Amino acid sequence: MNTRRFLQFTAVMMALGWVGLAVAAPDVGQAQKQAINIHAIVMFFIFVAATLGITYWAAQRTKTASDYYAAGGGITGTQNGLAIAGDYMSAATLLGLTSMTYFQGFDGYIYCICFYVGWPFIMFIMAERLRNLGKFTFADITSYRLDQRSVRTIAAIGSLTVVVFYLIAQMVGAGQLIKLLFGLEYWMAVVIVGVLMVVYVTFGGMIATTWVQIIKACLLLGGGTLVMLLAFSRFGFSLETLATQAVANSKKGLALMAPGAFLSDPVTAVSLSLGLMFGTAGLPHILMRFFTVPNAKEARKSVFIATLCVGFFFTAVAIMGLAAVTIVGTDPQYFEGGNLAGKLLGGNNMPAMHLAHAVGGNLMLGFLSAVAFATILAVVAGLALAGASAISHDLYANVIRRGQATEAEAIRVSKMSSLGLGVVAVLLGIVFEKQNVAFMVGLAFGVAASCNFPVLILSMYWKGLTTRGAIWGSVAGLVSAVLIVVLSKSVWVSVLGNATPIFPYEQPAIFSMPLAFFFAWLGSTLDTSARATAEKEAFEDQYVRAQTGFGAAGAAAH
Amino acid sequence: MSSEVYERIRRNPKFDQLVSRRSSFAWMLTAVVLGLYFIFIMIVAFKPMLLATPIWTGGVASIAWPIGAGLILLFWLMTGLYIRRANGEFDDLNSQIIKEAVE
Repeated sequence: MNTRRFLQFTAVMMALGWVGLAVAAPDVGQAQKQAINIHAIVMFFIFVAATLGITYWAAQRTKTASDYYAAGGGITGTQNGLAIAGDYMSAATLLGLTSMTYFQGFDGYIYCICFYVGWPFIMFIMAERLRNLGKFTFADITSYRLDQRSVRTIAAIGSLTVVVFYLIAQMVGAGQLIKLLFGLEYWMAVVIVGVLMVVYVTFGGMIATTWVQIIKACLLLGGGTLVMLLAFSRFGFSLETLATQAVANSKKGLALMAPGAFLSDPVTAVSLSLGLMFGTAGLPHILMRFFTVPNAKEARKSVFIATLCVGFFFTAVAIMGLAAVTIVGTDPQYFEGGNLAGKLLGGNNMPAMHLAHAVGGNLMLGFLSAVAFATILAVVAGLALAGASAISHDLYANVIRRGQATEAEAIRVSKMSSLGLGVVAVLLGIVFEKQNVAFMVGLAFGVAASCNFPVLILSMYWKGLTTRGAIWGSVAGLVSAVLIVVLSKSVWVSVLGNATPIFPYEQPAIFSMPLAFFFAWLGSTLDTSARATAEKEAFEDQYVRAQTGFGAAGAAAH
Repeated sequence: MSSEVYERIRRNPKFDQLVSRRSSFAWMLTAVVLGLYFIFIMIVAFKPMLLATPIWTGGVASIAWPIGAGLILLFWLMTGLYIRRANGEFDDLNSQIIKEAVE
């Protein structure tokens, strides 16, 4: 392997990771407050009014715990597919990936493909078993044949760690983005997001959360498609014209048309891509979506729909980015001081918004801004519900009350938890305003990939997993992921102000995932207790249920 | 819970048939997806200029874009392929197995 090729390869792998951060949290930095955007605010109020109406409607329908946590298993595959796609297509996907194609050309599309490839994998390997074994939270699956109290406790800790860090990152991103797009104060934006999130989750549970996500997914898909079509029409829908003009108007020239290169180290790159791919499969708010459909058939259909939406959206975003090179890149009104060689107004994440303005005026800009705000709301609502479920269903109902809590009690605890999470998220969101929170997203994905995912996949596929193995594996993954992030540059130097990092790599997955798997194996193998033997025997029944769905929650009537 | 039913399902030869057919199909599709993805990333890493080839001679638009879109489309179609068999053939077999076990 010659050096240049090697560097390019590492660069590509690194880029896969970078986009992950960009996509997971809108890192718009310290945004400049813009003039108040009236169209955006009006449209946003319409969205809020509609979603509050839905929450009221959902509240009437939320009677049992199953309604509250899993929408009573009454979401169809298509609806759930849209909701999953909604969870995946964040405001940052729209802004970050358009911007990446705008600046880097084809590299932007490579990132899209790398993000996308996890979906077929989830379809073939996980979707069916998740649906057949789960009920309200993914801990239902990991604790299926293991000790309820200890395994649920550690799963809840894993979930809450992911939820809290992800929530803070979203809150800070939301505050900056809204300051930028709406011209509102940072703290106002954070409070609005926090209050609406608590209202959706507390009153409407999973039904409201799902519908908010579905509406937002449709708005985002519709808005993105519209802007893409309007922009593409300026090039007569010809890829050749689009490409020729983009190449002519970009500083990168022909390099837009081929994979480019960044410099980086391979360990970080591989680690990031591992963390993203398997982190997605360990995010509690994504996993919960698989419990809202009535059976495995609908679970598969939802991945099919989600894959379609995500793939289509990524392609639309790539076209938007390429079109923006010509439409935005040659228009001085979108540059600071009207200087085409200078910075984009509002920062590097703005090509999508400027493009919307260029092809559809203030109305389109307002619409897309409102959609971006709605997107953040929908994502934080899903996170809050996942956190509240971990507290009420796992910790309260099954660990503290040992399964003796009534449904009404569990739901009440869940509502209190979502309120508590809302307060924490708003306070921490304000505290971290000036901080770089990128490490929190890395941490959330790292913990999801290292603490949640290994034990989840082992519990579904490996007969030998015992309670001790599950605990050892989760703890090893959690502790190593958190330690690595804290001792690395992103916290030790950037946040704590030390001169040099103790650990050289910022991304934990490549180290913490193998550790988690190793300790899960070691703990299980060393466990020769009678309980362990019983747990291994219980795998047989679990296996039949995982394969056939017989006895699955909500599907027993079939 | 329904341990006896599970036992009966397990002893049904159709169950082994279902499991082996479905998992070999799922793993095969996974292998194809990961294989194509791996080839694509290798080209990106080691032969990037290959992807810069113009679609039309003398043109600018490179084959990279349709290849990328093609991969996305193909992966999606493969999830469709899986559903087609899973929601038809496999689910039929599945409900037969459950029916026979419950009776």
